[in-house]
Amino acid sequence: MTRRTIPLFITAFVGFVLVIAYFIPHPPFDSLREDFSIFFDIIASVAFILGAGNLIKMHGNRISRREEKWGYSVVTVVGFLAVLVVGLTKLGNPGGFRGSSVTAEGSWFQYAYEYVFRPCSATMFGLLAFYVASASFRAFRAKNLEATILLLVAFIILLGRTFVGAMLTSWIPDSLGFLRIPYLAEKIMTVLNFAGNRAIMIGIALGIVSTSLKVIVGIDRSYLGSD
Amino acid sequence: MGRFAKLVETVNTLDKRWIFLVVGAAVVISTIFRLTFPEIPTPMVKAIFEKIESLPAGSRVLLPFDYDPGSEPELQPMADAYVRHCAEKKLQFYFIALWPLGQNMVDATVSRVLNAEYPQLAYGHDYMNFGYKSGNEGVVAVILTDIKKLYTTDAQGANIDSIPMLAGISNIRSFDLILTVSAGYPGLKEWIQYAGTPGNIPVAGGCTAVQAPLLYPYYPGQMVGLMGGIKAAAEYEALLLEAYPKFRGDKTRFQTALTRMGPQTVTHLVIILFIVIGNVTYQILRRRRGQA
Repeated sequence: MTRRTIPLFITAFVGFVLVIAYFIPHPPFDSLREDFSIFFDIIASVAFILGAGNLIKMHGNRISRREEKWGYSVVTVVGFLAVLVVGLTKLGNPGGFRGSSVTAEGSWFQYAYEYVFRPCSATMFGLLAFYVASASFRAFRAKNLEATILLLVAFIILLGRTFVGAMLTSWIPDSLGFLRIPYLAEKIMTVLNFAGNRAIMIGIALGIVSTSLKVIVGIDRSYLGSD
Repeated sequence: MGRFAKLVETVNTLDKRWIFLVVGAAVVISTIFRLTFPEIPTPMVKAIFEKIESLPAGSRVLLPFDYDPGSEPELQPMADAYVRHCAEKKLQFYFIALWPLGQNMVDATVSRVLNAEYPQLAYGHDYMNFGYKSGNEGVVAVILTDIKKLYTTDAQGANIDSIPMLAGISNIRSFDLILTVSAGYPGLKEWIQYAGTPGNIPVAGGCTAVQAPLLYPYYPGQMVGLMGGIKAAAEYEALLLEAYPKFRGDKTRFQTALTRMGPQTVTHLVIILFIVIGNVTYQILRRRRGQA
């Protein structure tokens, strides 16, 4: 009983105070809002420990059960532990444990970041271009009216993002300037995209409000888990 | 099946490895030949440039670096351009990071841009670094009312009260601009929602190209301007080159976005070519199947 009542009470109290503080930013609500924000920051810091524990547990299970592609889990766990140990103990740090920051030039931690993490991340990002090209080739086919419209829009946007778009339609006289590709690309993004995105954002916001109210008043208790 | 029909069928179901090969070749060749193309600045990019130009020397600019090495190739050129512009305008700028690796991005930018190009700027007097704090938008909400509740030291561990450029500043409401570089959550959107709008602080920033359409609705009401991806960064560099001729010299240092736009433009054209080829072969096969 208490296990569920106390968290429900805390949620309702904090939720209502934060809502009231938004509309009445005066004592005591404003200071309470600040304090709750700091509590949130502290909880977020603790979440790092939970995240690390979860990572070890999940990949540890995969390794112990020899699940498919468990070798990748070994790389993940070894990489995680190596960086954690180097970071916490300041192993290989110029000046030792009491020396400079763990991210100082020449530290092992900095080497791991600079020569392993950074190039790997950039490579993953760079691979996107290849997959986008392959997916565009297969997906953008004028199979019906909707697909044709999508194809045309994609074409205008792609061309509009390069100088070629401006070059191809620069001969169009100013009186028909609205037919130039950069103009069309801009209008698609700032009118059609604006309208669509705003509608989605308003819908999401209303959804968040209703879900939050359900959580605050205790109708939705799924975050408490099962008994 | 005739030879033509066979060719069309082969192209229509082209193995993706051929596509990868062509895209790879396009990127490599355009990088080797350092292809660059002229950039015409768009209104959203111009708005940011003009906002910084309009700030008097000594104005306070908060620079949240909310990205990591994954998006560094796309976002670092705009981060460098912002910092250069702020330094040229003699603004006081304050780095901050909501992403754990944003701190590393700040360190790299300070080392590469400020220490190398503006050695006369002093830490604590002209620029400072709050460093990384966990808590996402919670951090923004707190520093909107009281910085010292969350930040007692700077990124190097120095007491916040010992930093001259923070004297008299209790929260970020006294800042003249929040200029973010953002790769996702938390990022530009959170700075608008939790600092810009409630604190009435002008917010502008750059983000990855895929993120930009989601942020357009905030322009111009809640956002001064928006730079989406490497193209916008190239436009910003073009504006900097026009206003500050000193940047016209070293292309590898001052024109990184313009240089990177070369391979991106060529790749876009390759993708367009593949889409055209795919559609031509698809339509031919459809007609043939319809006739059969």
